[in-house]
Amino acid sequence: MSLSELQPGQSATIGKINADDLRIQLLRFGIASGTRVTCHTRLPLGPVVVRFQGQEIAVGHTLARQIEINA
Amino acid sequence: MSQCVCQALPLREDLPRKIVLAGNPNVGKSIFFTTWSGVYADISNFPGTTVEITQGKLDNDLLLDTPGVYGISSFNDEERVTRDVVVEADVVVNVVDATHLERDLFLTLQIVDMGLPMIVALNFCDEADAQGIKIDIQQLSQQLGVPVIPTSAVNSRGLNQVRQALDQARPGRSCPQLQAALQTLSPRIAHPPAALLILEGDEEIAERYGVGQENQREAIYLARRRRVDELVAHVVRRPERSRRLRDLVGRLCLNPWTGTPILLGVLLFCYQLVGVWIAGDVVGLTEEAIMQGHYEPWVRGVIGQWVVLESAFGQILVGEFGVLTMTATYLLGLLLPLVVGFYVALSLLEDSGYLPRLATLVDRLMTTIGLNGRAVIPIILGFGCVQLGTITTRILGSKRERTIATAILNFVIPCSAQIGVIVAMLAVVGLPLTAAYVLVIFSVLAILGTALNRMLPGQSSGLLIDLPPMRLPRPSNVLRKTAMRTFFFMKEAYLWFIAGSLGVSLLQVSGGLTAWQNALAPLTEGWLHLPKEAATAFVMGMVRRDFGAAGLTELSLAPWQVVSALVVITLFVPCIASLMILFKERGFREAMTIWAGAWVLAFSVGGIVSRLLS
Repeated sequence: MSLSELQPGQSATIGKINADDLRIQLLRFGIASGTRVTCHTRLPLGPVVVRFQGQEIAVGHTLARQIEINA
Repeated sequence: MSQCVCQALPLREDLPRKIVLAGNPNVGKSIFFTTWSGVYADISNFPGTTVEITQGKLDNDLLLDTPGVYGISSFNDEERVTRDVVVEADVVVNVVDATHLERDLFLTLQIVDMGLPMIVALNFCDEADAQGIKIDIQQLSQQLGVPVIPTSAVNSRGLNQVRQALDQARPGRSCPQLQAALQTLSPRIAHPPAALLILEGDEEIAERYGVGQENQREAIYLARRRRVDELVAHVVRRPERSRRLRDLVGRLCLNPWTGTPILLGVLLFCYQLVGVWIAGDVVGLTEEAIMQGHYEPWVRGVIGQWVVLESAFGQILVGEFGVLTMTATYLLGLLLPLVVGFYVALSLLEDSGYLPRLATLVDRLMTTIGLNGRAVIPIILGFGCVQLGTITTRILGSKRERTIATAILNFVIPCSAQIGVIVAMLAVVGLPLTAAYVLVIFSVLAILGTALNRMLPGQSSGLLIDLPPMRLPRPSNVLRKTAMRTFFFMKEAYLWFIAGSLGVSLLQVSGGLTAWQNALAPLTEGWLHLPKEAATAFVMGMVRRDFGAAGLTELSLAPWQVVSALVVITLFVPCIASLMILFKERGFREAMTIWAGAWVLAFSVGGIVSRLLS
């Protein structure tokens, strides 16, 4: 399952991130594989807004599809 | 005409120490800079609106403010500029947001790993308190190995303490394994900060030192992330969620069903402020009453004592397009109030935290034209003034996106000066024809964006944006920011505009303007089915967009002619001042392609519309 499928209110653990630059950029924000995130909002075919450790980050659809998650 | 939009300023070399302010976006670095150096720097609640280094003096040292970044490497122009300044710093003042330590300490530890002498300013301490976040400052300082000083910059608290602590700056406690790895590089690279960046796979720095590329970035970043998480677990205690109201407002802005009406409300507010109140009432006073009513007759009288007004020289100075008449009136009477109004609106939007949410809301729509949500910022700015929009395309992630956004701005988006005239003319033709005009313009925007997205090679970057908490804007910050931005904008715009109007003046004096008008006439009459005099409006439109539109009001046009004429003038070439900015930002070739393309586009679409409507 990818992050783009996470429904509002659901939580998940980040798995593999299938893009080098994205993985590095997310690491700097504080998201790595193993981080627990909660879906705050999800726009139809658009960005997913995730919340973790008191932060909110919007991830565009194409990027969210490259992020695997485990329930 | 370089492709890199971030040019590092030549730094002053005569001052002994370089003190560099570094931190994530929106952590309040700029307030430190402003307070210490007395020079205004930009502060906003939107990641990535400042892309230049600001320099000032602090006692006998050079003080440098850098764009906010989440880490030091080379993902975009902001990071490259910041990297080059931080690497050469003598002292780094790392400003961190106490409410966001998980995010901010990543950069802190990177600077620690660089081995640079530093101090940490723990900003937003009051807000952390209010949110019930408890931070063990002593423990944090011990773990990092550098002084940590609590501050609340917006309330001017702690700024002096940080300043006094500058002499206690020292290299922090880095991770032993990393230092061992750096040791192996040290025979070849004597400068530790550079060695770290090379180890992290920074190609540009590796090239500068003539060494091969290393790539241990991911391992280093992962270790650093773990260290941050451990640190935070030790020193920060965070209560369960609070701040329900802020959260609710943020949520409503993001949800399409509530977010769209909110967006319409925000746009209406901006239109009322800039389009109606400033462009109408204020400009009516400043441009017509003050500049044209009092200033121009006065300056004509003064100059008339020395120069014959009808002479070529007199015309250039105080004639129809005179440097002392039209240029001065335009800059001070029209442009200045509009720019102030626009920056007030923008600053309010920025400081409230609304813009990143807007970027998220429209991201899906923007991807169809090859942009991501971030591009909404330059586009919105473009409705105020195309020049502002064009300059702000710097915040976009790739060259491809900058090209698309710049093209849309300069081809399709009417500026606020023009919108005023267009709205007035459309009011007369009725609702169906108004709708036709809006439909045509939106279709052109969609077709142009889609075509560029298909044609241009490469891929646009996806949206990845931090959503700061919603905050009530502070009036003092909005005013400070407006004043500073207006100053820099006017400073950048005025010379170009004087040069442009001087050129038109020379054309007019030499008779070239009339010849040009006549040459254009066949196109106007034959193809567009507009009266011959409309050509004058198009010629004027090259100088100033609203001038062009205003030129149309004097013609007697049938309602359908009004619509096709407005379509042409909307899609027509950008004004001279914008063209100059276009040259500067995008280079000669791209600027001329857009300029020439606008002729073709405006007349083609205008001709088709007039055939459809008549």
